[in-house]
Amino acid sequence: MADALVSPAVGITMYAMSGMAAVYSIKKLRQEPDFKKKIPTMGVMGAMVFATQMINFTIPGTGSSGHLCGGILLTGLLGPYAGFLSMIGVLLIQCLFFADGGLLALGGNIFNMAFYGCFFGALIWKIVMQNGISKRKITLYSILGSVITLQLGAFSVTIQTLCSGVTELPFKMFLSLMLPIHLAIGFVEGLITMAILNFIYAARPELLWSDGHEENKYIRSGLSYKKTMIIFTCVFFVIAGFVSLIASKQPDGLEWSIKKITGNTEINAKTDSKNDLDYDLKNDVNDDLNSSLITGTKTDIYENSEKIQQKTSLLPDYNFKNSDSDLGTSVSGIVGCMIVIIFLTITGFLIKLSKKGKHKLNE
Amino acid sequence: MNKIDYAIMEIHHLDHEAKKENILTRINPLAKLIITFLYIILLTSIDRYKPQQCIYMCIYLILIKIIGEISMKKCIKRLKVIFTIVLVIGIANPIINRNIVAQIGKIPISSGMISMTTLMIKGCFAIIASYFFIITTGMENFCVALRMIHIPGVLITVILLIYRYIIVFLKEVQRIWTAYSMRAPNQKGVNFKAWGSMIGSLMIRSIDKAGNVYDSMELRGFNPDTFFDKKNGFCEIDLIYFIFSAAVIVVIRYINIFEMIGNVFVFQ
Repeated sequence: MADALVSPAVGITMYAMSGMAAVYSIKKLRQEPDFKKKIPTMGVMGAMVFATQMINFTIPGTGSSGHLCGGILLTGLLGPYAGFLSMIGVLLIQCLFFADGGLLALGGNIFNMAFYGCFFGALIWKIVMQNGISKRKITLYSILGSVITLQLGAFSVTIQTLCSGVTELPFKMFLSLMLPIHLAIGFVEGLITMAILNFIYAARPELLWSDGHEENKYIRSGLSYKKTMIIFTCVFFVIAGFVSLIASKQPDGLEWSIKKITGNTEINAKTDSKNDLDYDLKNDVNDDLNSSLITGTKTDIYENSEKIQQKTSLLPDYNFKNSDSDLGTSVSGIVGCMIVIIFLTITGFLIKLSKKGKHKLNE
Repeated sequence: MNKIDYAIMEIHHLDHEAKKENILTRINPLAKLIITFLYIILLTSIDRYKPQQCIYMCIYLILIKIIGEISMKKCIKRLKVIFTIVLVIGIANPIINRNIVAQIGKIPISSGMISMTTLMIKGCFAIIASYFFIITTGMENFCVALRMIHIPGVLITVILLIYRYIIVFLKEVQRIWTAYSMRAPNQKGVNFKAWGSMIGSLMIRSIDKAGNVYDSMELRGFNPDTFFDKKNGFCEIDLIYFIFSAAVIVVIRYINIFEMIGNVFVFQ
C-alpha cells in the first residue's frame, strides 16, 4: 500500500492498531527467559528476509518467479512476538529506503503483512504442530499459513482502500481482483518458506520456534492449545453470526445460476416445475434423460422430501420458522456452526475410538 | 545493474547524503519527522477531484530541495515502484467513472480521469517527501527521533540491527547468487531443488555470527534501553524550521494563495 491509497483517518487508525500489537509483543517478549539472546537473532532474521526478497525463485512448470514475504518464516523461527517486531523493522526500512510503501501507510502495511503473518501464523503453527514437528507438518504450515495470511492481508487492503475512498472500484469487483492474485502469490511463498524451514529442521531443528523438544514446546508461547481452540471457536461464531447477516440476502452460486435461467432463486416444483424444466429442455442436448426428470414420480419425490425437510429442520432456509428476520439468519449461522463442531467432534472421537480398538487388537 | 547491486548502492548513497553538512541535516530529526508526517497527512486529505490543490503542495518540496541541496536524479528512480502500484489501483477510476466534467480541445475529461490524476500526484509527492526526510536525516538519527517519542529501545535496536546487517547480507546473497548463476547459466531464477539449502545454510551461518556480534556489543556496554537516549533537545534553529515549515504547509493547503496571485495578473 502506498500513501496515496490511504486517507489520514484510515492511516492513523491502522497505526494505532499496529502500535497496540507492537506494545503487546514487546511486553510478551520481555517476559521470555532468553529475551536478550533473541535480539541479535531478530536483527539477523529481519535482514535475512530483506536480503532474500531480492532473489527470484523459479516456480516449476510456470516459467515465472516469485519472492519471499517473511511473516510465516519469521514466526516459524522466532515466534509471533519477535517475528512481528522484526517484520516492523523490515517494512520500515523498505518504506524509507526503497519507497516500497509509505510513511502514512506503514501502519496499514504492518497490520496487513506482519500482524496476520505472525499472529495468525502462530495460531496455525500451534494447531499443526500440536503433536510434534515433522517435515509434512512444516509443509502444511508453510503453505496453509502463507495462503491464509495473504488472503487476510489482501482482504484488509481492499477494506482500507475502500474506506479511504480513493478508488471507484466497487467492493466485490475489487475483492475479486485482489484475492485470486494473492492466492497464487501465497502458494508460491508457502513453497519457498517450506523449503527453507524444512532445511533448517533437518540441519538445526533447535532453531525452530518450538525448540524441537516435546517437553518445552509450549513453554515459550503464551498461547496454549486450549486457548487457541477457544479463540478459533469464537472466531467461527463471530463469522457465522455476523457474516450471515450480509451474505444470506444474496443468492449463492447455484441460486444465482437458477435465477439467471428461471428468474427465481428456487424452482417451484408444484406449479412451475414443468414450465421451467421444459425451458431447460429446449436447450439441452440429452432430451431423453431430461424428460425423465419431469415425470410425475419425480415431482412426488420432491414434494415428499420437502415435507420431511419441513418437519425435521430446526431452521428452514437458515431462518426461524415463519420468520424472515436478520436475527433469525444470524442465530441460524451460530446454530449451524455449533452443529458442524459437534459433528466434527463426534467424528474425531469415533476415529480415536476405532484407532484404540485396532491398537488393542494388535496387542 | 541487478536488484541486489541497486539495493546496496541505494543504502550507501542515502548514508553518504545524510552525512553531508547543510542546514537540513543539522535540524533535529524529530522536527523533520513531525513535519514530514504533517505534510503527508495534509496531502492525502485533499479531495480526490481537486488535483490543482495537490499541485500547490509541491511548493514545500521545492523549498526543501533548495534548502537541502538535494539531487532529484535518484529520487525519480524511486517513483517507478510507487507509480506502478498507484496506477494499478487508479486505472479503474477513468474506466468506471466516465462522467464528463470538462473538455480540453476535443478531448473530454471525465471525473475518473481527474481522480486518477490526483491519486498519481499524491503518490509521487508523498514519496518525494519521505525521500527528502531520510536523505537529510539518516537511519541513526531517525532512530534517535523514534526514541524521543518513547518508542521502546528493543524495537529501535532491532530496526538498527536489521539496517546494519542488510548490507552484510546483501553482499553475501550477491556472492551466492553469482556463484549459482555461473554454475547454472541461462536460468531465470533459483531452481526449486536449491531453495531450501541455499537460503537455509546462509541463515544458519548468520544466526551464529549474529549471536557473537551481539555478545561483543554487550561486553562493550551496549544497552538497548539507554543507548539512544542522547541529549537532543530542540534549539532555536529547530524551532524556526518547525514553525516555518508547518506554516508553509498549512498555508498552501488551506489558503488559495496561488489563485489570489493568479487573479492579480489575469484581471489587471
